[in-house]
Amino acid sequence: MSEVKYSKEHEWIKLEGDVATIGITKHATEMLGDIVFAELPEKGSNVEKDGTAGVVESTKAASDVYTPVSGEVVDTNQEIVDDPSKINQDPENSAWFFKLKIKDKSEMDSLMNKDDYDKFAKENNT
Amino acid sequence: METKKTSLYQLHQDCNAKFVEFAGYQMPIQYSEGIVEEHKFTRNHSGIFDVSHMGQLFIYGGDELIRDLEKIFPLDLKNLKLNHSKYSFLMDKDAGIQDDLIITKIDEGFLIILNAACKDNDFKILKELLNEKYKMVLDENRSLIAIQGPKSSQILNDVVDGVKDLNFMSGNWFVFENQKVYITRSGYTGEDGFEISVPNNFADKLTRELIDKGSKLVGLGARDTLRLEAGLCLYGHDLDKNKTPVEANLKWAISKERISKGDFIGSDIIIKQLNDGVTKIRVGIKPEGRIIAREKTKIFNQSDVHIGEITSGTFGPSVNGPVAMGYVENEFSKKNTKVFLEVRGKKYAANICSLPFYKKSYVKGAN
Repeated sequence: MSEVKYSKEHEWIKLEGDVATIGITKHATEMLGDIVFAELPEKGSNVEKDGTAGVVESTKAASDVYTPVSGEVVDTNQEIVDDPSKINQDPENSAWFFKLKIKDKSEMDSLMNKDDYDKFAKENNT
Repeated sequence: METKKTSLYQLHQDCNAKFVEFAGYQMPIQYSEGIVEEHKFTRNHSGIFDVSHMGQLFIYGGDELIRDLEKIFPLDLKNLKLNHSKYSFLMDKDAGIQDDLIITKIDEGFLIILNAACKDNDFKILKELLNEKYKMVLDENRSLIAIQGPKSSQILNDVVDGVKDLNFMSGNWFVFENQKVYITRSGYTGEDGFEISVPNNFADKLTRELIDKGSKLVGLGARDTLRLEAGLCLYGHDLDKNKTPVEANLKWAISKERISKGDFIGSDIIIKQLNDGVTKIRVGIKPEGRIIAREKTKIFNQSDVHIGEITSGTFGPSVNGPVAMGYVENEFSKKNTKVFLEVRGKKYAANICSLPFYKKSYVKGAN
């Protein structure tokens, strides 16, 4: 079992071997409200740590999705594009956004563990 | 300035509302179920909206008032029957829309429902235009509660007997807890529904009774998605001082009889635009994919020329897709014209379409 880490931009990341699965946190979905649109990075493209790697829109507004680590996009979750409401239903599991083949595992070091993230999310409840 | 609270503030809190500041008021944007559920519940059952921030302007007077108001509003007010309502606008001399409103003939004069952000300015303008001849009250002692959706007639009738006999766009005085409440059959969702003007002290009790009968509170978030699906304009977005009723495609609301005489504020421009046409006009816009084009999104034609701008855009839960409206150059306003919307630097295909996106189911009433 690999540990799930969290970013200040409310993404979660789970590393298995050199492939990381990334999505947005339950806290993020609660702040956004009903998600009605999702856009994901293209398969085969490269994304840079803290760069934009997608968009989610709620009925209220659009928000960028950032990637907490750099890498090549090896898979994307078409299911959440077809039915974005799945993101609200199961954000930290089946409604993952994209998978990256990562370059530098040390980029994971600066990310938060669950306890730290929960504390962070509580303090930044806006 | 401190933000104001409506009489339902405590009830909103009890129902876990998320608040936003809107026109100087703390208003519920949504409750715990969220915008999509609240929207669907209104379409399928019945939703209650606190719209107490809106202005309730009572102007008292007789035939002279009717003549004076006809100089302001493009309506045939002398033939407006008692307790009947009309949609209209307050225009400046260039026919720019300063507010859109509903005016109802009541026994002693007129009741005008004004947008929250405009009401104080409207009051000033109207007072000046009417030379302070008439008693005018922008009533802060009454709340305004809307109940909308197919089950609303039965639910409200269980609480206030007799309302189900009202016709669409008409109203009357009713009694709730020995209080006089003025109820019109109208709304802003594309559904059958009512708006209830009730003394502040009784607004909470009335609303809780409606909830007990099966209706649910719905926030401003779903109010926006409902009205946009219904093709209805939001002042400050789809309408403003730089747009005329003809450009806004609202000429149906201007009395033909009054146009022939042309003696109201802005009538020169209105008549000119009706005869010569307009350069820009409000249209419905349906993106082809799932992309949401929001307010201020630029619209391009097939030759990549900038031809207009979105004024309202969101996801329509009942349409199950994105919906928008905006202004385009007149020659691109025909139904099914293909246009492109620039969202986050990319252009997405969309089509000009007729409004509403969601078919109305207004009830004519019992007659």
